[in-house]
Amino acid sequence: MSAFLALVKRDLALALRIGGGASFALVFFLMIVTLTPFAIGPDLNLLARIAPAILWIGAVLATLIGLDRLFQADAEDGTLDLIKASALPLEAVVLAKCLAHWLTTGLPLALAAPLFGLLLAMEPAGMAAASASLLVGTPALTFIGAVGAALTAGIRRGGVLIAIMALPLMIPVLIFGVAACNAAVGGTIAFATPFAILCALTLIFAVVGVIGAAAGLRQSD
Amino acid sequence: MTFINQLANPTRFMALSGSLLPWIAGLSGILFIVGFYGAFFSAPADYQQGETIRIMYIHVPAAWLAMFFYSLMTASAIGALVWRHPLAEVAQKAAAPIGAAFALICLLTGALWGRPMWGTYWVWDARLTSMLVLLLIYLAIMALWRTIDEPTQAGRAVSILTLVGFVNIPIIKFSVDWWNTLHQPASVFRMDGPTIHPSMLWPLLVCAVAFSLFAVALHLVAMRTEIMRRRIRTLTILAADRAEQQPNGGSLIARGPAE
Repeated sequence: MSAFLALVKRDLALALRIGGGASFALVFFLMIVTLTPFAIGPDLNLLARIAPAILWIGAVLATLIGLDRLFQADAEDGTLDLIKASALPLEAVVLAKCLAHWLTTGLPLALAAPLFGLLLAMEPAGMAAASASLLVGTPALTFIGAVGAALTAGIRRGGVLIAIMALPLMIPVLIFGVAACNAAVGGTIAFATPFAILCALTLIFAVVGVIGAAAGLRQSD
Repeated sequence: MTFINQLANPTRFMALSGSLLPWIAGLSGILFIVGFYGAFFSAPADYQQGETIRIMYIHVPAAWLAMFFYSLMTASAIGALVWRHPLAEVAQKAAAPIGAAFALICLLTGALWGRPMWGTYWVWDARLTSMLVLLLIYLAIMALWRTIDEPTQAGRAVSILTLVGFVNIPIIKFSVDWWNTLHQPASVFRMDGPTIHPSMLWPLLVCAVAFSLFAVALHLVAMRTEIMRRRIRTLTILAADRAEQQPNGGSLIARGPAE
């Protein structure tokens, strides 16, 4: 357990100190929220209607930031070999690194969503729903991305490849995340229905993603 | 299992597949003639869809095969990861472009059928969307194959991606169905009518068998090509090693006339 926490702490420190990985995701998220009105026009009614979609697309793309370095940086400088040789199971290593990645990308996005919702003329209920759905949904995005990151750990320029591999698998999370936001501000279905499925997706991918990523790291040696 | 184990020997596989290939291809060709005769001349036009129903005889087998080849890749991925069969890797690699091609054929023929029937080439119908996502997953798998140079390592990485994708496909299918019913109440005509008249069913089945045999033949050719490609790769590496050990010649690569 102490090794697990040490790994989380190390990755958090690296993300916060070097290269500003954590703030990049947030700035990127803000960029997408800002660019969309330029593309579709400043009509507030339209923006309010598609705000959940913009926030979720932004979250999906922002999650990809930092994924290419999730295991690659450690693979390059040999840290990964040392971590593999430690007593900590590789699955726990993956979980620790995913947790650190989520704390520096998914969590800030979920917390900032209400603020960015203001720019998109969202209702308070919609903002709360967006925040809640991002809070439970973004871990799934990280876990899915971790598989791609593990498979491309030894490859240079794996970034685009991770996006190609992970984005199709992120579709269910996107569908239910946006559906939960839309259900909160009206519609025929209850908020709880898509929200519960979103929670279930996160739990499923916590298992599939962690095991898949650990297998991906093992195959590289 | 012993039979599969015997087949797993690449040399034996090359011999057996080489002798089987003309028969499979020939049978597929004969069935294509019979099936297409049935599809284009003998089967009646649909009372609702008219002549466009004939697209179905290509569209439906392509959809089946696109899904079948993903299942084949999954089975091969398990074989490659658990038993480390080199042939399973080869089967997996050869299957990806074929499956992707059938998914693309399915989408294109669907679009051609949709234009006169639905008035548009593309609708975000649940089935079309699921097939599009399947095509995207195929493309991702092919991208990963191309990125990793070393075949065995690429094989293991792709196997993991294939299995993760396989776990995801039912989830994606469920999500897309849910999303579709939410956004678009059943407004489009669906193919899954309760019955299909025998005069249309037999050409469809014959076409399906013909396409399946054609796909098997393609797969065998692709596997044989891949095995030969790997042999050439091994020979080149051995030759390079030998050339390194004896600096004055010994290279398998023929010297050009310029030298």
